[in-house]
Amino acid sequence: MPELTYLQAISDALREEMRADERVFCLGEDIGRFGGAFKVTDGFIEEFGPDRVWDTPLAESAIVGTAVGAAVEGLRPVCEMQFADFISCGFDQLVNVAAKMHYRQGLAVPITVRLPSGGGFSGGPFHSQNPEAWMLQAPGLKVVAPSTPRDAKGLLAAAIQDPNPVVYLEHKHLYRRTKGEVPEGRYELPLGEARIAREGTDLSVIAYGAMVGVALEATEDLDGASVEVLDLRSLVPLDTDAILGSVRKTSKVVILHEATRSCGVGAEVAALIAENAFEDLDGPIVRVTAPDVPIPFSPPLERAVLPQVDNVKEACRELLAY
Amino acid sequence: MATTTARPAALDGSEDGRGLLTRDDRARLYRYMLLMRATEERALTLYRQGKVPGSYYDGHGQEAVSVGSAYALGPRDRACVLHRDLGAHLIRGVRPGRVLAQMMGRATGITGGRDGNMHFGDRHLGCVGMVSMLPDMALVACGLGLAFQIRREPRVAMTWFGEGSTANGVWHEAMNVAGIRRLPVVFVLENNQFAYSTPNDHEFAVDPVERAAGYGFPGIKVDGNDVEAVFSAAAAACERARTGGGPTLIECDTMRMHGHGAHDDMRYVPPELLEHWAARDPVEAYEARLAAAGIDTAAIQADVRAELERDTEWALQQPMPDPPTATDGVFAEVAEPLGDGEAPWSRWSPDREATHA
Repeated sequence: MPELTYLQAISDALREEMRADERVFCLGEDIGRFGGAFKVTDGFIEEFGPDRVWDTPLAESAIVGTAVGAAVEGLRPVCEMQFADFISCGFDQLVNVAAKMHYRQGLAVPITVRLPSGGGFSGGPFHSQNPEAWMLQAPGLKVVAPSTPRDAKGLLAAAIQDPNPVVYLEHKHLYRRTKGEVPEGRYELPLGEARIAREGTDLSVIAYGAMVGVALEATEDLDGASVEVLDLRSLVPLDTDAILGSVRKTSKVVILHEATRSCGVGAEVAALIAENAFEDLDGPIVRVTAPDVPIPFSPPLERAVLPQVDNVKEACRELLAY
Repeated sequence: MATTTARPAALDGSEDGRGLLTRDDRARLYRYMLLMRATEERALTLYRQGKVPGSYYDGHGQEAVSVGSAYALGPRDRACVLHRDLGAHLIRGVRPGRVLAQMMGRATGITGGRDGNMHFGDRHLGCVGMVSMLPDMALVACGLGLAFQIRREPRVAMTWFGEGSTANGVWHEAMNVAGIRRLPVVFVLENNQFAYSTPNDHEFAVDPVERAAGYGFPGIKVDGNDVEAVFSAAAAACERARTGGGPTLIECDTMRMHGHGAHDDMRYVPPELLEHWAARDPVEAYEARLAAAGIDTAAIQADVRAELERDTEWALQQPMPDPPTATDGVFAEVAEPLGDGEAPWSRWSPDREATHA
C-alpha cells in the first residue's frame, strides 16, 4: 500500500472520482491553471480540461449556487473554498438553498464543498477558522472531518457520491505533515461512522480532524493510563453509538476540538452523553477547545488559543485523578 | 451588446412574435394568463376564509410576464420561478388544484406542506423551488445552464426576479458568471415598480437593464403587460442561448397591482399610478385583442372557471400532512435529477396545428 500525505490522498480521491465518473467536476478560485492555493488540483486542468476544472471569479455565492444548479441537473460538483473562512460569503446558497432543498421540494442536491480549515500558521482571524458549528445548525447538510490520509480519500469519495450536500473539512495542518498508507483505487468509507484510533479503558478522548493527532500524542504515555481515542470522522451524521459505547467502557470523557467552545461540536457531544450515559459517568464531562475568541495572528497568541498537547495532557490527568 | 428599449423583432422579423404564434398559441397564452389570475383570486379568497396559513402573495397585474416568457420554453428546458409568476408553473404543467393545496399546506400540495405559498417548484416538471432570498435562484439557473454547457446540450435555463433583487450582490455574481461563461440562461427581470414599499428611485441610479452591457450580454426592455412582446423577447433570448450566444437580460416593465402580500395595504403607492396601470391590465388588453381577431374568449373564460371549480373542490378535500412526518426527508436517499416540463408552444409539437393567427 503506498504511503501518501493527507493532501495527496484528497487529490487522489478527487482525480479518481473524476476519471471514473464524468458527472464529477471541480469549481473554485485558482484551482485550474494555478492548481489551487494548496495544490490539491495540481495537474487537473491539463487532464480534465477547463469545463471540468473551472477557475471561477472571486465569488463564493456563485461557486456554491452554480454547483446547486448543476447538481440538480445530474452533475456532481465539488466546490473548493480557498479557505474554510470564505464559506461565509457563500453561506446563503449552502444553508438556505442547498441544505433545505430536499426537505422542501424532494429535490436532492449532491454537491461537495471542500473547506481547507484550521489554524496554527499565523493565518490570522480570516484564514484559520474551524467553522463546522455553523453547519451543524443547518439541517440537510452532512459534515465530515477526516484525520488520516486513508479516511481523507475514502470520505471524499463518499461525499462526492452522496446524494446530499456534504461539507468536507480538510485541516490545513494535516496537508503535508500527515502521511499514511492509502489503498490504491476507488473506495468509499461510510459517512457517519466514527473510528477508534486507539483502544483504551480508563478514559475516552473524543476528537476529529487535526485534534485526533494531538489526542494520540498527548495520551500516548500518560502515567500508564489506558486512554481510548475516538475519531468522530463525521459530525453529521454523528456516530452516537460509538460515542456512547466508548463512554460506557471508560466512564470518563474529554472532548477535544480546535473550534471555539460555545455551542460547538463538544457541547453537542457533551449533551448527548449527559442525556444518554449519565449513569455511566465517573467524572464530569470535560471539554478542551479554543476559547470564544477570533484566532489571533501572532504566534504566542495563537498558541495560547489553539489547544496544545500539554492542555490535553493536563485535562486528562485531572479527570483520571477525579 | 447594445441595450435596446424598443420592442424586439421576432425571430422571423415580424411584429409581436406573431410569425411564431399560431391562433391556438394565442388562445393558450390568454388561457394561461386567465388561469393564473383565477387561481390567485381563488387562493386569495381561501386566504380570507382562513384556509391559507401564513401570508399570501400573488402576481396580480404581472400575468403577461411569466406566461409570455415561460411559453417559449421547451420540454427539456428548466425554470427557477419567482413568487409573482404562477403562470410559469401552470405552463410547465402544474395544475391549479395542486397550487391551491400547496397554499393551504395540504399533504398533496407540491411541497406537501413543507413550504408555503409560492415557494415551490415541481421537480418532475423541470422547476426548482425558490427561496426567500430572491436573487439566489439566478445563480441556481446559472448552474443549470452550466450543466447544459458542459454536456453540450442545446437547452436553456430561465429565471425570474424583481428589480429589487438587482440591488443584492448575489445578483451581480450571477450576471457576472453568466457573462464570463456565456451561459445559456434567460434572466427575466420584472420591474413591478416597488420592492415591497421601496420605489424604483430608491432602488437604483441607473435602470438595471443597462447593466447587462457591463456584463457582456444584451439587455432588452419590453412592455411587461404585453404578453406577445414578452414572448417574442423570450423566444429570441432562448434561441440565442440554445445556439451558443449566451445569456440575455429581459426587463419587463409592469406593475404589482396588489400589495407585497395580502397584509400590505399599499398606502405608499400613489393612486394615480395604480389608475394608470389599471387601464393597462394585461389580461383585459389581450382579451380585447383576441376577441377582435375572432377568438372565442368567452369560451376560454368558461373553461377556466370550470377548471377552477373542479380543482378548488379537489384541493379542499385534500388531507393535511401527518404531524409525525415533519422530521422526514431532511436527507435524500437517492439523487434523482429534474424531470421534463410541459411545453405547450406549438413549436414543440409542430404537427398539433398549423394555422397562424
